[in-house]
Amino acid sequence: MVWMTLAQHLLSKPRPPRRASQATAAALAERFTNLSAVKLGRSLAIRHVAIGSCNGCELELRATQNMIHDLTQYGLSFTPSPRHADILLITGVAARNMAEALRQARAATPDPVFTIAVGDCAVDGGVFKGSPAITGGADSILPIDLMISGCPPTPSQIIEGLLSLIEAHAG
Amino acid sequence: MIPTVLSAQNWQTHQGEFIALWTDATKAYALYNNGLFTTNLTDGTYPALSPDHPGAAWFEKLSTDLNGHKPDGITHKSTAIEHFIAPNGTTPWPDMPPALGEGVHQMAVGPIHAGIIEPGHFRFSIIGEKVLKLEARLGYSHKGTLALMRGKSPRNAARFAARISGDATVAHSLAFAHATEAALEITPPPRAIQLRAVMAELERMANHTSDIGAIAGDAGFAFLDARFAWHRESLCAAASAAFGHRLMMDMVIPGGIAADIKTPGPDVILGAISALDAELPSLTRVFEDYASLQDRLIGTGHISAHLANRYAAGGFVARAAGRKVDARSNPGYAPYDVLELSVPMETEGDVAARVRIRLAELGESARIIRTLLSSLQDGAIAIAPPSGSGMGIGVAESFRGPAWHWINIESGQITDIFIADPSTLHWPLVEHAACTSIIADFPLINKSINASYSGVDL
Ligand code: SF4
Repeated sequence: MVWMTLAQHLLSKPRPPRRASQATAAALAERFTNLSAVKLGRSLAIRHVAIGSCNGCELELRATQNMIHDLTQYGLSFTPSPRHADILLITGVAARNMAEALRQARAATPDPVFTIAVGDCAVDGGVFKGSPAITGGADSILPIDLMISGCPPTPSQIIEGLLSLIEAHAG
Repeated sequence: MIPTVLSAQNWQTHQGEFIALWTDATKAYALYNNGLFTTNLTDGTYPALSPDHPGAAWFEKLSTDLNGHKPDGITHKSTAIEHFIAPNGTTPWPDMPPALGEGVHQMAVGPIHAGIIEPGHFRFSIIGEKVLKLEARLGYSHKGTLALMRGKSPRNAARFAARISGDATVAHSLAFAHATEAALEITPPPRAIQLRAVMAELERMANHTSDIGAIAGDAGFAFLDARFAWHRESLCAAASAAFGHRLMMDMVIPGGIAADIKTPGPDVILGAISALDAELPSLTRVFEDYASLQDRLIGTGHISAHLANRYAAGGFVARAAGRKVDARSNPGYAPYDVLELSVPMETEGDVAARVRIRLAELGESARIIRTLLSSLQDGAIAIAPPSGSGMGIGVAESFRGPAWHWINIESGQITDIFIADPSTLHWPLVEHAACTSIIADFPLINKSINASYSGVDL
């Protein structure tokens, strides 16, 4: 088993490295200079908040941590407490029962904080757009810095979105 | 399907295994293992079934919160979705009575949880570290899905069925398709039926691998978590290569499937399941060999056969507690009638038994996928649903148990629909199972049952 894996690795070509989208990074960089925020380092902690998802986005978010996608190699990690977070990452539509919880999570997160909406639901309500049970996407509760669309976005798309944020911020 | 009309009294005394309850504008419906029954609403009320069938309680709360109908004679007061929101938008802390006794304290968790999961509020009553009582409050992800489906054609509404619970998107799409096909009396082409089952089994394997790994991870075995997560990743990559989407969302549609399997697809799928087959014995041995892991799983989160039967549990929750049920064989649907499905059974009812069932199901799903891919029939992959009328019930065995869909169609448009995810019957069992262990074991218990929040919040 081990020898086979080793042999495969010696023979196979390395995968192309993941890169941030230059356009998104540039747009974000401009946003940050206007924000005059205190600079954070490159290593950022993410607090995830689901506010009305179907749980598809959470599956792919969790997959960013497996050994294939390995989110930690970029200095990004998930934290259970908003008090330790630099990023609030939101999935799902703005369900009415979750608005207060999200506002409290934001209030508990020290400034500066980046807010990211992951998945079509969080971006603008997705397929549930217009439902009277929701108020729309995540930006109907909080201002959002970066949107990563897809239903659900793949782990690669999520990581590329996060990398644009780091690039824009560090650049 | 024509439901049997019952008088209010017969409605209340009907015997059978309770599966689901819902209401439409004029009637209340109850689904049992021996048929679909209905009774007229009087002034928006109907006789409650929860005094005899505890599993009905959550459905009764849903009927109140979704449709404003009142079950008569209930003992439960809490809400499923419509929790109090003050005029200024704030939601005060819910008042939940603690268990009685000296030294008992309450612990509140959620609605935002520590991990990457959906929202829900848990209130534990604890003495020392022993859990005495757990009350779950859900409804935080309510999206108004059922209302969005009304007035649409089945094909247009399918994308909502696919998002009832993302981890069971194939199963819910399939149950929705089955209900529509029953209502309109159509049968999809054989190739579609086979490929639907390939997707459903792939979905089952992806969920089983990731949950088994996560349970081991919670017990401190990060290595198992990493390996099982790797297999889940290969299964999702295979799904993407074969069907163009990692979760296979929107692939099963009423009348068939949305697209045929792509060319390298079958090989990638077979490669992924062979890799799992090859490693599974050694991974299973780790579960069996390490006393510290067994110590966390054996006897934890116990659900007795009596409880499992009382709530008509499904899936691995039932099969681990000596309850041999599987919607694929009973009531059954194609193509499983010709696949000689073997359903594993355990009797211990603890976390360890639920893990063993899921390990056994991985092998069975792999076998089904291989059989189907080697015998795929040629031909069409879908037929267009006619613009007819009718009522239908559909079921599909998701990885966590049977998903039931009830649909009423008039002139090609959905006039009413209800969807019962197996989690609706499993959440009360989570509350029971939590009380058999200490608080530190709750993550294991919760993961071993893995009830869906979105599937219940609708
Ligand atoms: S974007 Fe899609 S996958 Fe994500 S929560 Fe919404 S419906 Fe589910």
